[in-house]
Amino acid sequence: MNGGVSRSGPLPDGTVDVAVVGGGVVGAAVARELAGREADGRALSVALVEARSDVGDGTSKANTAILHTGFDATPGTLESRLVRRGYELLGGYAERAGIPVERTGAVLVAWTEEELAALPALADKAVKNGYRECETVGADEVYRLVPALGPGALGGLTVPGESIICPWTTTLAFATEALARGAGVLLNTRVEGAQRDGGEETVLLTNRGPLRARWVVNAAGLGSDAVDRLFGHERFTVTPRRGELLVFDKMARPLANRIVLPVPSSRGKGVLISPTIYGNVMLGPTAEDLRDRADTSTSEEGFAFLVDKGLALMPELLKEEVTASYAGLRAATEHGDYQVHLDAAQRYLVLGGIRSTGLTSSMALAEHAAGLLAEAGLVTSVRGQLPEPPRMPNIGEAFPRPYMCDDLIASDPAYGTVVCFCERVTAGEIRDALASPLPPADIDGLRRRTRAMMGRCQGFFCGAEVGRCLALVPDSVEESR
Amino acid sequence: MNLTTDVAVVGGGPSGLTAAAGLAAAGLRVLVLDREREAGGIPRHSDHTGYGLRDLRTVMTGPAYARLLADRAVEAGALVRTSAMVTGWAGEHALDVTTPEGRLRVDARAVVLATGARERPRTARMVPGDRPPGVLTTGQLQNVVHLHHGRVGTRAVVVGAELVSWSAVLTLREAGCRTVLMTSEHARAESYAAFSVPGRAVLRVPVATATRVVRINGRDAVESVEVEDLRTGERRTVPCDTVVFTGDWVPDHELARAAGLAMDPGSRSPVVDNTLATSRPGVFAVGNLVHPVDTADVAALDGRHVVEHVLAHLSGHASELSGLDGRAGIPLRAEAPFRWVSPGLVRPGAGAPPRHRILLWPDEHRAVARVVVTQDGREVARRTLPWPVSPGRVFRVPSSLLSGADPRGGPITISLG
Ligand SMILES: Cc1cc2nc3c(=O)[nH]c(=O)nc-3n(C[C@H](O)[C@H](O)[C@H](O)COP(=O)(O)OP(=O)(O)OC[C@H]3O[C@@H](n4cnc5c(N)ncnc54)[C@H](O)[C@@H]3O)c2cc1C
Ligand SMILES: Cc1cc2nc3c(=O)[nH]c(=O)nc-3n(C[C@H](O)[C@H](O)[C@H](O)COP(=O)(O)OP(=O)(O)OC[C@H]3O[C@@H](n4cnc5c(N)ncnc54)[C@H](O)[C@@H]3O)c2cc1C
Repeated sequence: MNGGVSRSGPLPDGTVDVAVVGGGVVGAAVARELAGREADGRALSVALVEARSDVGDGTSKANTAILHTGFDATPGTLESRLVRRGYELLGGYAERAGIPVERTGAVLVAWTEEELAALPALADKAVKNGYRECETVGADEVYRLVPALGPGALGGLTVPGESIICPWTTTLAFATEALARGAGVLLNTRVEGAQRDGGEETVLLTNRGPLRARWVVNAAGLGSDAVDRLFGHERFTVTPRRGELLVFDKMARPLANRIVLPVPSSRGKGVLISPTIYGNVMLGPTAEDLRDRADTSTSEEGFAFLVDKGLALMPELLKEEVTASYAGLRAATEHGDYQVHLDAAQRYLVLGGIRSTGLTSSMALAEHAAGLLAEAGLVTSVRGQLPEPPRMPNIGEAFPRPYMCDDLIASDPAYGTVVCFCERVTAGEIRDALASPLPPADIDGLRRRTRAMMGRCQGFFCGAEVGRCLALVPDSVEESR
Repeated sequence: MNLTTDVAVVGGGPSGLTAAAGLAAAGLRVLVLDREREAGGIPRHSDHTGYGLRDLRTVMTGPAYARLLADRAVEAGALVRTSAMVTGWAGEHALDVTTPEGRLRVDARAVVLATGARERPRTARMVPGDRPPGVLTTGQLQNVVHLHHGRVGTRAVVVGAELVSWSAVLTLREAGCRTVLMTSEHARAESYAAFSVPGRAVLRVPVATATRVVRINGRDAVESVEVEDLRTGERRTVPCDTVVFTGDWVPDHELARAAGLAMDPGSRSPVVDNTLATSRPGVFAVGNLVHPVDTADVAALDGRHVVEHVLAHLSGHASELSGLDGRAGIPLRAEAPFRWVSPGLVRPGAGAPPRHRILLWPDEHRAVARVVVTQDGREVARRTLPWPVSPGRVFRVPSSLLSGADPRGGPITISLG
């Protein structure tokens, strides 16, 4: 099979070495890793199979986008190990690929005596997770770190390593590099069945026809248990746990220059306040178990809960306008750890139940997956002569963007033509995104690549113009959004 | 690239263009910066008549009005630069600008902010539910239909019943989309007196008052909205494929805030005095940026008003006229049902505010407007005005009602008796 992006028509013929099911951040990281490997001197052929029209369009696009140190993981779990490792790997990769990261640090804030009393144990736990930089601090220091906090903070625990990252660019960078390494990205391709074919191969039955693979990696997120069942397993059930979030106007950003985390306590899990890599401030998430795995709607109750929490945490924040609200679904299971299982006989590996840390651990999961596949017989090594990692367009607020760059505008006036005013996205960036190796399928995809239309006016000024750039207007507003 | 000019006008809508024309006619070098491809502001895509009454004494369509004002500014000698987005401040009166020709630094002796206002989108109103496409504001709707000749759905719910909401209904109709319901949270439609009676008759749009939209349904496309009757708490589902959030204005105040100007918490606008000067000497603010939102002619007349005060500032003998430099004006305050009042400061001896009017934004309807002005516990004036107090539109009070105030006294309050 040849590489490249395919969104429609029959699937390519032939057999791939590895089919990775699910084009979220985990699947994309796995595809990138395996596409850079060879077995018996021959590069692995890899297909990334995604049901939606774009990669990173599921849980991977709707999270709190924190690059976690893993300080609060359950010591001894696979999650703890992979978050720790993923933090290092992704932090380094982000620099090479131009994924924006801000090393803001975090502070857990205790608002009750119970929470205050829990801090030393959390610091100990951090050490057990291999993280030694946490420090308990008094209320004065908490207010010095985050002056806009509401009254009543009793103390805190600092986690200087917690950082914020761009989740959209991360998945795109992985998938783009996988493409550059020769992988195929099969979009609009839903895996609906799996058949073993004479021991050596699996035939994945999809809405676009069969796909033959020697090995299958299941990274289907909220669908990982369903795909696992296609291989005859009954090991875990995913319960979508909805997290709703409010994103506040950029004017709020000076209020929150670091991440403010809640202390887990008997009052239940609190919510966090975090700066976002795009220059906003985020409040959330809620935690609510649902049945419907596609229900990413927001709710009145969720909003009311967040407003209530926000008013206590940082009253000034609630005076700013809300720019966006969204909900993400965590792939929670009945187990306390990631669901990573190898089935050597079926040449099948599942990376499921990657609940609330998968952005951070993605590269470590990919590395771990390569190791597990070797155990099962797919022994590979990293290829020499790999292409350089892609240099992703910067959409982080803390780093130079085209509208600010004289030399860029001089070389191409499109970088001086601002189309989306609120987010200062230029015609040049939109054009580049549309011409990129993995172009967007719709406005949402364009938004994740450029920030177009994600600002405070939500399209009042630029909606029609951005739609035109996408060449969908004048067909219909619906399509253009 | 560095440019110098006497006055930089940020925003080429009715207010900015009118200010520019007047300042250029007075012999100043004027540079208008607008981020759109064409100057004219919101009227460019408001393709219906109703523009120009008070400033030009005639009525025309939005696009014609926009062109006329842009032409007049240029004829008067102002330089109008489009595709020029002001991104921040490079100094007290200096601006950073991005254009296709490169980054500019514009050094001016005075700056007029005329950046206008926008409608609050769904997100800022915190309406929960699914997030399908097909949910827009009037601004986006009119951009799509009038500037890009795009299509919308066939059944729309319009949220709000302000003047602009009816403008949205007209645009929808032109695009072949029927408005199946308009909702207003007020007990009566905001633009009751002005529009809804003929509106109901001509456009046959049902208006649900005391009603709010509580949820949007439909994953890939809008299928319905859920509305709640605020009186009974009853909820029902209204099938539709398009939702337009109208009105509920918020000023484009980011540059004003970035400059650290004093802001009015009610309107979220920079505080201005009767000369339209802000808290930074030499920086003025006009149009819907300071009163979100009034009609275009009123915005334009702000632009005309500010000319003499900018001139006075630049000629140096302005300190007693413009700028809140040091000597505070008298704060003007509004009591409920008013959300804000503009101007927010009265500088005694600096002349009347634009059009001799104080502008207020009411949140409730009152058929009879008994206006009471007080200062330091003393009643300064009381008058019943011959127009009603109507939410969704500016309520105008003659500034002569303040003439009895003590120039050395404390804050002046406007309320309804
Ligand atoms: C509210 C919230 C906050 C979070 N905050 C953080 C954070 O701050 N830091 C952090 O590191 N992590 C965070 N996470 C967790 C992180 O987002 C997830 O762990 C991660 O995105 C999981 O990635 P994934 O690739 O496993 O799943 P997904 O992104 O869901 O990708 C799975 C993909 O598989 C596809 N798929 C499913 N079934 C099939 C099928 N049958 N055939 C083909 N394709 C299929 C889906 O369409 C989907 O695109 C958060 C999660 C939530 C919900
Ligand atoms: C749908 C609709 C219908 C209406 N109908 C009528 C009517 O019939 N009659 C009537 O009188 N009024 C009407 N109005 C109101 C009228 O359009 C406004 O009152 C008027 O446009 C306000 O003028 P302004 O100059 O204050 O701002 P705007 O017209 O909003 O102009 C502001 C300008 O500033 C520019 N700008 C903003 N920020 C920057 C920046 N950072 N850099 C560069 N440029 C910037 C913008 O591009 C814009 O061109 C209507 C409004 C709407 C939305």
